[in-house]
Amino acid sequence: MALVIHNVKLAPGIYRLTVQGSYPARMGQFFMLRCWDTYPVLSRPISVHDLTLDSISFLYRVQGTGTRLLSALQAGDRIQLEGPFGQAFPDPQGRTALVGGGIGIAPMLLAARGISSASVFLGYSGLPFGVDGFNEASHDVTVRSGGTIVDDIDPGRYDTIYACGPVAMMQSLAQKAEGSSAKLYVSIEKRMGCGIGACNSCTLTTAGTNRKVCTDGPVFPAREVNWNDLHRL
Amino acid sequence: MISIDCELAGVPLSNPILAASGTFGFGKPYADLYPLRKLGGIVSKGLTLSPRPGNIGTRLYETPSGIMNSVGLENPGIRAFLAQELPEMTSHETAVIVNLGGGTLREYVEGAELLTEASQALSASGKRAVDMIELNISCPNIKEGGLAFGIENEQAQEVVRAVRKATSLPLLVKLSPGAKDLKEMARMCEAEGADGLSLINTIQAMAIDIRKRQSVFDRAYAGLSGPAIKPIALRMVHQVARSVSIPVVGIGGISSAEDILEFIMAGATAVQIGTYNFINLRAGDTLAEELIQLMETEGIHSLDDIRGII
Ligand SMILES: Cc1cc2nc3c(=O)[nH]c(=O)nc-3n(C[C@H](O)[C@H](O)[C@H](O)COP(=O)(O)OP(=O)(O)OC[C@H]3O[C@@H](n4cnc5c(N)ncnc54)[C@H](O)[C@@H]3O)c2cc1C
Ligand SMILES: Cc1cc2nc3c(=O)[nH]c(=O)nc-3n(C[C@H](O)[C@H](O)[C@H](O)COP(=O)(O)O)c2cc1C
Repeated sequence: MALVIHNVKLAPGIYRLTVQGSYPARMGQFFMLRCWDTYPVLSRPISVHDLTLDSISFLYRVQGTGTRLLSALQAGDRIQLEGPFGQAFPDPQGRTALVGGGIGIAPMLLAARGISSASVFLGYSGLPFGVDGFNEASHDVTVRSGGTIVDDIDPGRYDTIYACGPVAMMQSLAQKAEGSSAKLYVSIEKRMGCGIGACNSCTLTTAGTNRKVCTDGPVFPAREVNWNDLHRL
Repeated sequence: MISIDCELAGVPLSNPILAASGTFGFGKPYADLYPLRKLGGIVSKGLTLSPRPGNIGTRLYETPSGIMNSVGLENPGIRAFLAQELPEMTSHETAVIVNLGGGTLREYVEGAELLTEASQALSASGKRAVDMIELNISCPNIKEGGLAFGIENEQAQEVVRAVRKATSLPLLVKLSPGAKDLKEMARMCEAEGADGLSLINTIQAMAIDIRKRQSVFDRAYAGLSGPAIKPIALRMVHQVARSVSIPVVGIGGISSAEDILEFIMAGATAVQIGTYNFINLRAGDTLAEELIQLMETEGIHSLDDIRGII
């Protein structure tokens, strides 16, 4: 069990949870979080948002029971973290863009801290949140409220693009990046049971074969993703 | 001194706690978290002769104190299992049980033969092999329009008889809670030469997405597991344990040492932990010690003293 340092409300339904401890996580990896006993049954997968030498942060949106329980945590409370799990974003090559839509900005801060030359694009349907850290980490941060952030990105200007956000955003970025030289990687979500590759529940069909989002992903090359499989959710 | 080692169908186990099929992969995912020798054994993901891609659509859904799954027996097939998974699975100093599924009688039989041959070859060369087969008769019978083999006694009997002939390995038959007459089914398995019974598999259940006006699962129904099913499983284990003289392995929602004792008191020789592995990824690391502590508190010296006392 780990100790909660703070759990700050950044915007309606959006929280940043910081937990004590030193964790060897890489950009794009996630933890299984749990601050309750046996109900709800499943722990909740949340991406690593930020790391310091002695703390780890998560940025999350209250979606249902589990994230509501997380949002009630206060400094000094205990939480169980298992991880880090999953494949990180690969090491970037050349000019890099980081694209986050809504709560999908969560995994991008750790990436921005690691790739100081990256251009950052943050898109929100409403008011922006969580932008400060990005301004610390990068000199090139584009923030957009409303509309679509994909309109602000010219994939041809980058060699590597990492994206996380609504399926429609990632898919339209993938279409836009098609034919450009940019390699696009996306972080995707599926309901997870174990988080460690044992239960075959978070399966994604990529290029005809089954992949596990928890251990083969959550980061996948965009060209491998079967978007229909995600729209069905 | 309290000891919890036991014997199941002729196979010695360091403790009566096994990991349930489909919740533990082939062991590897958990081996990074704790030494698997802390478990009495591990049961493989359900395997079929040919590889299966599993079901499309939603595979997992959470319910009050339970989960529903519709994984659809996704597995690499027995040949790939033998080549790529078994060597590692047998390296953990814990019993290895292979869960065998099939869509036709022939698939079951050929699968059992393949596992048996491979296992004999390994044993002959002094290597660790498959210790036991757990026959999953809850698979949909392709010929009978997808009704599970484990519902009707006659259909189950065909499979159990044929697989019993095809293997010399110790054989557990895993019963479905959907069986028309569970006690009759259990007696039939014993008569056909099963070395033990395990139960329960998941309970057929349903969830509806009211906004989409659709079933959550493409196949309409899915299997319910977890703490929610424990009282039902306990009742069924109790009924079956009183109907047969072969050992019974209790499964269903087990999430603590207390739960384990309940199942042993109901007549189980061993238990399997399924969904609780998701609740606590390190469940197998501590449950055996917790069981010993609880026995100490309760003044129970041996599980034999309380088995089936209810
Ligand atoms: C690898 C990974 C990383 C993630 N990182 C983050 C993160 O950094 N920040 C963050 O806020 N969230 C993240 N998520 C999403 C987060 O895990 C879910 O929002 C959370 O599990 C919801 O739990 P809940 O109990 O609050 O909601 P629930 O009560 O479980 O769900 C609320 C509603 O949403 C629906 N729902 C939720 N998830 C799914 C799904 N996958 N498929 C279908 N329906 C669904 C439910 O059916 C229900 O109607 C991540 C998910 C994954 C897989
Ligand atoms: C995700 C998942 C996959 C499963 N796959 C199998 C399987 O392949 N073969 C099998 O016999 N049982 C399978 N089961 C059933 C479990 O082994 C067990 O019988 C059931 O879940 C009840 O136990 P529990 O409540 O402890 O989970 C599966 C269960 C779950 C949750």
